[in-house]
Amino acid sequence: MSTYINAIGNISPQKTADNHHFLEEPVSYEGSQLRSIDPGYKEFIPPDLIRRMSRIIRMGIAASKICLKEAGCAVPDAIITGTGLGCLEDTEKFLGTLIRNNEEFLTPTSFIQSTHNTVGGQIALLLKCHGFNFAYVHRGISFESALIHAMMRIENGDSKNVLTGGVDELTTPSFEIMQRMGFWKRKPMPSLQLFHDTTRGTIAGEGAAFFFLEKEKTANSYAVLKGVETLFDPAGSEEISAWISRFLAQYGLKPADISLLIPGMNGDPKQDRIYHELIDTRFAGIPLACYKHLCGEYMTASAFGTWLGAMILKYGSVPDVVAMNEPPRSLDHILVWNHYRQTHHSLILLSRV
Amino acid sequence: MPKRVFITGIGIISSIGNTVNETLDSLLSGRTGIGGITLFPTIHQGKFPLAEVKLPTSALLEMTGHAGERCYTRTALLGMIAAAEAVRSAGIHDIRQYRTGLLSATTVGGMERSEDFYREFLTDAGKGRLRDVMNHDCADSTDRIARHVGVKDFVSTISTACSSSANTLMTGAEMIRSGKLDRVIAGGTDAATRFTLNGFNTLMILDKGGCRPFDENRAGLTLGEGAAFLVLESEELVKREHKAILAELTGYGNANDAYHQTASSPDGAGAVMAMSLALSMSRLKPQDISYINVHGTGTQNNDLSEGVAIEQVFGDHVPPFSSTKAFTGHTLGAAGAVEAVLAVLAIRHGLVYPNLRFETPMKELHIRPETTLQKGLDIRHVLSNSFGFGGNNSTLILSKA
Repeated sequence: MSTYINAIGNISPQKTADNHHFLEEPVSYEGSQLRSIDPGYKEFIPPDLIRRMSRIIRMGIAASKICLKEAGCAVPDAIITGTGLGCLEDTEKFLGTLIRNNEEFLTPTSFIQSTHNTVGGQIALLLKCHGFNFAYVHRGISFESALIHAMMRIENGDSKNVLTGGVDELTTPSFEIMQRMGFWKRKPMPSLQLFHDTTRGTIAGEGAAFFFLEKEKTANSYAVLKGVETLFDPAGSEEISAWISRFLAQYGLKPADISLLIPGMNGDPKQDRIYHELIDTRFAGIPLACYKHLCGEYMTASAFGTWLGAMILKYGSVPDVVAMNEPPRSLDHILVWNHYRQTHHSLILLSRV
Repeated sequence: MPKRVFITGIGIISSIGNTVNETLDSLLSGRTGIGGITLFPTIHQGKFPLAEVKLPTSALLEMTGHAGERCYTRTALLGMIAAAEAVRSAGIHDIRQYRTGLLSATTVGGMERSEDFYREFLTDAGKGRLRDVMNHDCADSTDRIARHVGVKDFVSTISTACSSSANTLMTGAEMIRSGKLDRVIAGGTDAATRFTLNGFNTLMILDKGGCRPFDENRAGLTLGEGAAFLVLESEELVKREHKAILAELTGYGNANDAYHQTASSPDGAGAVMAMSLALSMSRLKPQDISYINVHGTGTQNNDLSEGVAIEQVFGDHVPPFSSTKAFTGHTLGAAGAVEAVLAVLAIRHGLVYPNLRFETPMKELHIRPETTLQKGLDIRHVLSNSFGFGGNNSTLILSKA
């Protein structure tokens, strides 16, 4: 049983909104905040609705619509979203007004839109989609949880197709709070130089990447989505290494069979240590591609990584801006491996159609 | 034929009791948990009631063995207590013996502490204690519950507003059916917060006198808090371990109303679809359902939409129904699981719960809820509805096994 990625939509800090272009002109940012490039939201959302929508909703709807248009699908069977922090802008707005006004003179819009399933709900509302509609909200595995569920529904025959994606927005207060927690780099530097910077912390990002999944391949298929797994609270690198081997073995693969590894390295030496350790041992000699210098770090950044893997399989080449070492000889299997502050690891296996 | 999924354990903490037994006792004696607001300072004190868990956070910390620690939110603690009770009730000694997942739901996560943080932070971005905000996200409570009960194989969180924890049960069953896991502890947790209280107040859907579901003069919902978890196990596991079965999850369905971000459609389209999907999956006819535990929030909009949908699905065979939110308040992300636990108790003890505070039938409907406790019934199948913002409509069917 296979699940195919048959269409894609990606709104990110890079020029990714048009699937006919693949990182031809990488955008570098100065400082630690990478925000999505406005794709011209008016093209995707009716003007009377757009004003009230926070950026996360706009990004999610635009990415979904790009994806569905490419799929040639007016209304999907199911919508499953993943978001780590949900609608932060609306949450901050409602909470801020509540505190400043001492619980008086509040309006409902930001409260209504603060709910974590707002993006999926709004897509359903715009498309009049009555199908299955879920939202996962679990830190670094929010998108992976959505993918797992989407694959399960397709495999079980519960849904013919599923629109699934990861979406998170970066806001100034959330950036400032995580700055104090030591998440971000202190000194401004060009974002494309992220992997040459050895200071602690990473750069913040955001984005919405959506995928149209089906059981059958089409002329437009990007990749086979072979499998997705998560690991909670690993005790150390041995457990992670054993877990990766076990995961690959289910598909008859060994680490050496991976054509390209896409690790979620984010330039923070402390967070990247585990990637380096296993890349030097289990994945020695395997070609690597990294992406968080393009989209920044956020809880659903692995959706950008999955987009990257799927695009590489479709285009048949690895763009220079993401290649970390020698190019792969062939492109059969791509493994997207990510972790969120070491408590949650995830693996997404993509294969050539 | 899909694989069968059994419920072998239940745990609950809400305004009507800190354990399953206390909850049952309150239900049998008609004791509501709705009272005054004591948990946090608010200008709404004395104006709106609240269904609080009757324990301060310090007591919850003690109950979970974390007295004096500062990194646990009330949402996490409530969840830990209910999940631990569910695991005990399922007679699980070594949770790692079988592939076990935890799926938890919450709508506001650690918001109750974020409110404290944000007050300081707004005056100066360098202020506010970080430990009050680092547990803000929805996953925090889930991870802590997982560690508390020792779940490792799959841990995730669903947040689809007021249908959230019905959806964790649905997902848990799907994961067992598809062979990914042998057992899932599924449920949800939400603490009461100023954020939600004020949020629902801006929508003008809080009843000053306590909610009156399905009453002509209903004026809104009453917010509650709590947590509930159910242990779902595969047929193979249940047979191999000779487990005592409390009930079976025979059907479920999720559909989107796609009508409005918060309001339900006048014809209850999403609700009709969710109930029909669940009935069809369980291969039951409407007349097979012994009792409906309605979503029944007590808002003008929900009860009308849900009532119309029930009349459409059940026609002349509307079984006894009631909303237990007049007991527990609306526990948001926990509500679906809270009501699933009550459905299990209804099956086990042959009960139909009274819809408290009901006086006048709604003029648009032909049906009216049960108002007195019914005992000694043969409750074979309970249909439980949970509907949320974003048009998210979910139905579960729990059956006598």
